[in-house]
Amino acid sequence: MNGAEERFAAEPNELLVERLRDGLGLTGTKVGCDTGQCGSCVVRLDGKSVKSCLVITVAAAGSEVSTIEGVAGPGGELTGLQEALRQEHGTQCGFCTPGMVMALGELVDSTAGGAAPTEPEIREWLTGNLCRCTGYHSVVRGVQRACATSRQEG
Amino acid sequence: MTAVTGESALQGPGLLGQPIDSREDPQLLRGEAVYVADVNLPGTAHMAILGSEVAHAKILGIDTKAAEQLPGVLKVATAADFPDLMPLPCIWIPGGVESHFPPHPYGLPGARPVLTGDAVRHVGDPIAVVVAETERQAVAALAAISVEYEALPVVTRADDALAEGAPQLHEAVPGNLNAYWTCGDKDRTDAAIAAAEVTVELDLVNQRTINSPIEPRGAVGDYNKATGEYTLYASTQGPHNHRFLLSALVLGIPFNKLRVIAPTVGGSFGTKGYLYPDMALVLVLAKALGRPVKWVDTRTGLMNSTVQGRDHRQHVTLAGTRDGRITAVRCTSYANLGAYPSTIGPGVATALMGRSITGMYAIDAAFCEVYAAFTNTVSLGAQRGSGRAEAAFLMERLVDRYAGEIGMDPAAVRRRNLVPAEKFPYDNGLGWTYDSGNYQENFERSLELSGYADMPARKAEARTRGKRLGVGLATYVAICGVGPSTRMSKEGMLGGTWESANIRVHPTGEVSVTVGSASTGQSHGTVFAQVAADEFGIDVNTVNVYEGDTLKAPYGQGTYGSRSYSMAAPAIALTARKIKSKLVRAGAVFLGIPEDRAVYANGKVFEEGNEENAKTFAELAMAMWYGWGLPPEIEPALDETTHFDPPDFNYPFGSHVAVVEVDELTGETEVVAYTAVDDAGNIGNPKVVLGQIEGSIVHGLGQALMEAAEYDDQGLLVSADLRDYALPRAADVPFFALDKTCTPSPHNPLGAKGAGEIATVPPAAAVVNAVVDALSDLGVRHIDMPLTPEKVWRRLRGEGAEQ
Repeated sequence: MNGAEERFAAEPNELLVERLRDGLGLTGTKVGCDTGQCGSCVVRLDGKSVKSCLVITVAAAGSEVSTIEGVAGPGGELTGLQEALRQEHGTQCGFCTPGMVMALGELVDSTAGGAAPTEPEIREWLTGNLCRCTGYHSVVRGVQRACATSRQEG
Repeated sequence: MTAVTGESALQGPGLLGQPIDSREDPQLLRGEAVYVADVNLPGTAHMAILGSEVAHAKILGIDTKAAEQLPGVLKVATAADFPDLMPLPCIWIPGGVESHFPPHPYGLPGARPVLTGDAVRHVGDPIAVVVAETERQAVAALAAISVEYEALPVVTRADDALAEGAPQLHEAVPGNLNAYWTCGDKDRTDAAIAAAEVTVELDLVNQRTINSPIEPRGAVGDYNKATGEYTLYASTQGPHNHRFLLSALVLGIPFNKLRVIAPTVGGSFGTKGYLYPDMALVLVLAKALGRPVKWVDTRTGLMNSTVQGRDHRQHVTLAGTRDGRITAVRCTSYANLGAYPSTIGPGVATALMGRSITGMYAIDAAFCEVYAAFTNTVSLGAQRGSGRAEAAFLMERLVDRYAGEIGMDPAAVRRRNLVPAEKFPYDNGLGWTYDSGNYQENFERSLELSGYADMPARKAEARTRGKRLGVGLATYVAICGVGPSTRMSKEGMLGGTWESANIRVHPTGEVSVTVGSASTGQSHGTVFAQVAADEFGIDVNTVNVYEGDTLKAPYGQGTYGSRSYSMAAPAIALTARKIKSKLVRAGAVFLGIPEDRAVYANGKVFEEGNEENAKTFAELAMAMWYGWGLPPEIEPALDETTHFDPPDFNYPFGSHVAVVEVDELTGETEVVAYTAVDDAGNIGNPKVVLGQIEGSIVHGLGQALMEAAEYDDQGLLVSADLRDYALPRAADVPFFALDKTCTPSPHNPLGAKGAGEIATVPPAAAVVNAVVDALSDLGVRHIDMPLTPEKVWRRLRGEGAEQ
């Protein structure tokens, strides 16, 4: 769990998002719907972004789970993606933001060193995350900025 | 648009209008912000609400015994357990007409019960609550409550509810008619239509939609036995307003015994400004149980309980000359208020819609009548662009229909009828007086930026790819800056609609700004700090903004109707000016010069003509804190408050152009280009406003293309989760071409107009106009929203009724 081992007993029907929020106090992961549609609860499981409301906790046993709390540096330093989203104001109410940062983090990581994702690819990747405030434009621009910056630095 | 960086750029004056980064964003990006579901007080118990499974029935009995025996259950309660709880009041009744409401004992006209005891009137109507040790236990116990119903007939459409023999919802509301409301001049309009060279008519359905903030609502109640004080944490747009309504009119406790805190709120778009039963329930249960009580809604719960928007069925008529001059417009609308009057829903369905129908056009005769009816659906309320979006939709559909009828370019018809720039202030004949504008400049800019002149060639090119390209125009005026209290009283609003701000300058030169407004994601902390820093000429990073807690902030109505920057921000600016004026007087004393020689500029008071003889803002702050040497007529310290009540509303406006491609094989509509030129007067932070404009447009596109609250004939909401209710996703929209014009409002010291939701007003009309344009050679003259692929595909095949 964000690099540290967590040991606990879970009920068979416990959802991963419940464990994160209620059991471990990691409330950065949000619950926005009942059906796996909104993406506010996305975390990364062994590097892949998943909706934690659709994962049974026991199914995640032995996996590396990373949540929004583990993304920024120890002093709160923003990652390249977070910084790019900040510069593009890719957040308004911020409720969907942690899920977006987790999902988009996988996209940015997976394309690092290769071709930058195109605008349609970014938009397609984002279809698992709903945002009602921004209309997604600033988020897409943020990903473009993050990819451009990482390639310049890389 | 790039971020302003560097010390000098963060220093006012000149700071206002700069796109500085939102200071709220870092904690949001790190997942550190606390929303109501993240509020965990020690000893918290959890509440779940039993909503009705049927849309209309008498309640014959409720059996809670089995639920009470379940593990972890602390309390099961029904209406009978709360005899002292008053119903939730409605505070915006349509002004100037006779209205019928279920009564409120406090002498107010409108109300809904906190828990219903005698009958249920919509699916989700709250019947009982369970409080348990855990949320799962509370939810599990709901299933053990048994309710015996006697089914009643159901009605879900406003026009059906008004028909003879329709099911009756409320004893106090004969024929389900809440109000018959009108504006404009009926006789003049009827005469103009009768005498017209050309008339066109449309029957429109402005479908019911669900706002769907991504954060569901929630409430946490706490009670302090020692002091008798209640605290409510709620996802609300208006903590002060909720404090007033809940304390005096629902709980029956002194105003100052209730504190309301809005933590970070995860979007609202209108819906979180309303009173809901859960807010009262967590408070009375917290007192009864001696523990904090927490409730967090589910998505399906939200869709069956949080106010819904739009929902008008209209017959509209436009009259004009053969050469394109509009002479009259008339609207008859059936508005669906849902099962109960929501906090301000009846006003939204009448004044906000009806007084806006002529939009940016100078029309000699206009009339709007609204039949507002109760039905077995969720209560109606505001929704991003509320009222104004419905008005723009009918007017802009009519203009295109008229242009088609007389064979004139829709742009030419609009150009011919825009209110001339020299006519402001302009009385639109329906009750609004537009403050300022240059509609011609704005409209022409939208045509130019969208490449409107090139559309014929683009249409021909699209056909070679199996696509039908259509272009749709829509203009709008959006009343914002609610409001002038006296003016709102005439519209039937019960309550002052002014806004206030307090500024406290600390001895060390830092500044605290507190406002009655409350953000639901609009970066108030950033923009309001800009306002104060700009006025004082100080570093914006020395200014902190506080809001959303009724104990700490001065009174204000909150955030709705795109009013924060034109209501709360002027209150801040005026307060800063009071402080500057005091600093000039005190500064003259400290500098040993006559008062009329002292000047405040660039963050200091100095002697006119001798800028070296000066005291900086920070030096003055410290000196005022000590208060040494001040004459008796100058109080020490710097702490001022302003209550801002503007002389009238403000009226942002704009012109949008949608370009769509309709797939001839599948009927799918793709928005391939979208241009918006909006005028919100002077803008505080363009980066923040840009985000709100972009998001607003997507919201409007959602109504045009995919969103609909669908009720079946038994009153069941069949689109009650995000699998069945479609929200626009990132791949559904292209980047937009955006520009702005600027005509400052004379009604506030910043020249500001509303901005937050204004761009939601025209997109539905622009997109429907574009799709109808794409299909016009097939004889299609109107399609009801949402323009789903199946609906459009049928029209491509020649199916479907034509008006």
